Order: sequence, then C-alpha cells, then structure tokens
Amino acid sequence: MTALPTSTARPAPRRPLLNPTVLRIELRRLVRNRRVLVFTFVFPAVMLVFIGSQITGQDDVLGPHAVANVGAYVMASMAVYGAVMASTSAGASVSIERAAGWSRQLRLTPARPVSHVLVKMLVAVVLGTCATLVTFAVGAATGTAHLTRLAPWWQMALVIVVGSLVFAAFGLFMGYLLPSENAMQFLGPLLAVLAILGGLFSGPLPTDSLYGQIAQYTPIYGLSQLAHWPLTLTTAGTHDAFHVSWVLDLVVWGALFVAGAVWRFRRDTDRV
Amino acid sequence: MDAITLRGLRKHFGDVRAVDGIDLTIGQGEVVALLGPNGAGKSTTIDLVLGLGTPSDGDVSVFGMHPREAVDRGLVSAVLQSGGLLEDLTVRESVEYTAALFPSARPVDEALEAAGVTAIAARRIKDCSGGEQQRTRFAMALVPDPELVVLDEPTTGMDVSARRAFWQAIHADAAQGRTVVFATHYLEEAETWADRVVVVRGGRVVADGTPAELGAMSAGRVVRATLPGADADALRALPGVVEVEVRGAAISVVSTDSDALARHLLTTTAARDLEIAGRRLEDTFVALTSEDATAPTTEGLPR
Repeated sequence: MTALPTSTARPAPRRPLLNPTVLRIELRRLVRNRRVLVFTFVFPAVMLVFIGSQITGQDDVLGPHAVANVGAYVMASMAVYGAVMASTSAGASVSIERAAGWSRQLRLTPARPVSHVLVKMLVAVVLGTCATLVTFAVGAATGTAHLTRLAPWWQMALVIVVGSLVFAAFGLFMGYLLPSENAMQFLGPLLAVLAILGGLFSGPLPTDSLYGQIAQYTPIYGLSQLAHWPLTLTTAGTHDAFHVSWVLDLVVWGALFVAGAVWRFRRDTDRV
Repeated sequence: MDAITLRGLRKHFGDVRAVDGIDLTIGQGEVVALLGPNGAGKSTTIDLVLGLGTPSDGDVSVFGMHPREAVDRGLVSAVLQSGGLLEDLTVRESVEYTAALFPSARPVDEALEAAGVTAIAARRIKDCSGGEQQRTRFAMALVPDPELVVLDEPTTGMDVSARRAFWQAIHADAAQGRTVVFATHYLEEAETWADRVVVVRGGRVVADGTPAELGAMSAGRVVRATLPGADADALRALPGVVEVEVRGAAISVVSTDSDALARHLLTTTAARDLEIAGRRLEDTFVALTSEDATAPTTEGLPR
C-alpha cells in the first residue's frame, strides 16, 4: 500500500464520553417540550397546592412528635412524581430520535452509542433535580409543607434524584423498545397508574391490606417509601422502622430496566 | 488511494438480493452518480459504504480503511435520503450538535455558510421546507470537512428551484476537490452534475461511464411497425439490430441502421404503419433498467 496522502492521513479521534454542547442542546430540547414541562413542573406544583389547601388543622398533623406535617408528605409524593416523569421523559426521548433517523445520523459521527445513553442519564438527573427543587420551593413558599428540621429536605431530595434514575433506565428501555414516535404518550398514563399502584398518592399503606400487598411489588413503591421516610423523624430524633425491602424493590426493578435497556440498545445498534 | 473500493459486494435480506455482486472503484476528486430505479440497490450500497450495514459478502473499503474507521476520522460523511433531523432543533443546533461530536470540526458558521443555510440558522427544523432541510443535512455533512460526501437521493421532493440551489451548493463545494457520490433516479441530474454515471439495476452495475459515453450507447433509432406473426429471432439477426420487442402484432426494433431495417420491413415483410424515431439517453436508461431488458452490456465503456 502506498503512503496516504496528507489529506486522508487523519488521526483516529479521541472520543470524549460527554460533551457539554450536546448536554446543553439536549436539555434545551426537553425544556421546549410542553408536555414534559406540564407533567414534571406544573402538575406536581398545582396538585400540591390544591391538596395542601384541603388539609388543615388537626388533619395536617402526622403525629404528636413529628417534625413534618401532612403537607410535607404530599410534597414528597409530588416531587417523586415530577422527578420520575422527568427521568422517564429524558430516557424515552430516544424513541423520537430513532423514529426520526437521528440515531442513524449519529452513527455517521465518531460518537459512541453508549455516550448517548450517558447524556440521557445526565439530562435525567438535571431535569429530575429541577422538578424536585421546584416542587419543594412551591411547598415551602405556599406554606403547604412545614418542617421543623432541615435534614429531611436534603435527604428527600437526594433520595428522589438518585432513585428516579431507575426510571431514566425505564424510559430508555421503553424508548428503545417501542416503535412509536413518542413513547411518552403511552408512558405518561402508565406512570400515573404505577404511581397509584405503588401507593405514591395514598398515604402510608398497611402492608396487610390487599392494596399494600400489591403495592410493594410495583416499581414506584420502593422510591415512594424511601422518599417519605425522612419525614417520619420525630422531635426525639427517632424514625419509623426502615425496611430494606424498599431498597430491594428499587434495585430489582432498576436492574430489570437496565437489563432491558441494554438488550434493546444492543439490538438497535446492530440493526443500523 | 481510491476513495471507494467495492469488491464482489453483496447484501441479502432474506431472499432479497439488494446488492448482488458490485465491483466498483471511485477515485479521489470524482463526482459520480449512482443512477437506477427505486429498489435497484443504490441505498443499500450507500449504507454499506458508510458502515451502516455489514456486507453479506465481499469487501468495502473507503480510503483503504473499514468504513467505520473512515467515518470516525471524518473522511466520509453523508446526506441521507430522509430523516436524520430532529424537528425540535434549530438548523444551527443541528449543525452544532454534529460538530460537537467531531474532535476537529469545521467552524459551525463556515458549514452553515457553505450549505447556504446561514439565513435560516435560527429556524426550527419542523418549520423548514424539504429543500432547507436537505441543505441543513448538507451543512451537517460538511462539519468534519470530509474528503468524500455521499448523498442518497438528495433532491427527492424538491421543486425545480430548490433542486438547482442545492446542486449549486454541492457543485461549488466539489470544485474544491471533494469526492462526491450521489444516488439518484433523475437521469437529468446524473447527466448535468456527474463526471461519471454508474447505472445500477437489480443490485448490479449495468453500465459505467461518462454521461457522453452513456449517451453513445443510445446510438440508433427505434423502428416501430405493425407486423402480425413477427419472428423476433429473425429480426434480431438483421444487421445493426440492437434490441427487439414484440407485443402481439406491434414490433419495436432498435437498430443502428434504421434505413436498412425499414427497407427490409417494407419490402420483404407485411409490416405496415411504420414509424422511425430517434432515441434519447432516457431510452438507454429505461432499456438498461427495465425489468425485461436484455442482458446488460458494459462493453466499450472504459471504467
């Protein structure tokens, strides 16, 4: 073989896993999406204020020594809902990209497909954090949520942001699985059902009831319990019992979603 | 170093032989049209050149490398037939996104300018016309400053003026020595914009030459007549006859000596309603690419 002319003697590129420009454009895309904005920011905030206005006086007391009120409990539920919606939307946006042939277009660049998944996860974290903070801000500003201690705030936020990453994997799985152009049209209602099944909107569930029995095997249950647990803090510094099964619920579902996403992702990259 | 080398290239999808043994070499700086009807295997061939698919058999190399490697080094880029754009992005964001993925990209403004989309850079893709979307794709393809640009039916669905604007942008760019390969089913496009035309049918190359050389293949005239009970083989045996078609009593014969053929038909057979017409390049194309065409010949066409 003769020597390459200088024009074609280009070096193999370094391939950074994450690119700030790509992250910025991806975030902007989600913020432009009205449906995402409504379900991650507007809906949880409005529900929080509405439900908060219905609970007053003695109804708003979680317990004699509780540091939080029922409004704070509702706020945690709404923050979970918003963050889960945000994360799922971020992941599921790959369905639109596949339908539009954008994934194929990316194949004509040095970008690695796995770095695209990483971008989606990061977008999910950023959007999930925003959704959580907005809901918290509304809860605090409207006086719906009272907390006499500071710790539960950041504990809840941390649990919700990290835990909702499981749903970014869920979104990616569905985004790579569903042929539809916008998987969120289907996933939005599905998440609402899962939230109800997981007891997110129903207050503490007795595990001996049928509802409680079913709830603990659904994917949102673990995250819901974990997110609300910091609110069980009492003035004496004690918490309600912590159940490892909550973590297990989240981890097992998370593993299933990741496995599903990897499986579909591999098929998708083979196909093109 | 050739831009593209295809050797015994095949791609089968189940029983469908989309690409059925293509040998083709495209040198650097050439502007080549892949001409063929829908389903001829043009798009599949292009996918293989871009590394978007793996051949069932045979070899593809782009600048002597595996296509994937050539893509990674930014040596080759493409304007795909459809898709490849996100509706919610602006024209500029689409180009920025692409540029961010290449370690050494051309400045975004330069790519926008070269593709003639600077004026619509802030427009959302969903608000762009087909021609504007296509020029956006072209701007994205220019980002890595590739040595080779592959375009798959780039002007489908464009009106005449959009088509001209698009080709002018491509042509201005190719003048700087870039290799351009485009698939088309518009004969006129191939004739006007390519230095070399490769005609593809049924997953094979059936003709390959300059537009002038291809035009020369359409030498001769068509003689049509009504001749009940025509003997196709006897007609084919006549001097100068290239092609014979018999449909009931209607015959259509292509000959390089139409006068002799007409004389023969009128004096020794019962032929009537005779008419003689010139052939156009389009006839060559139709003849080469139609389903019932006679065995293709590439003789006399230097590669």
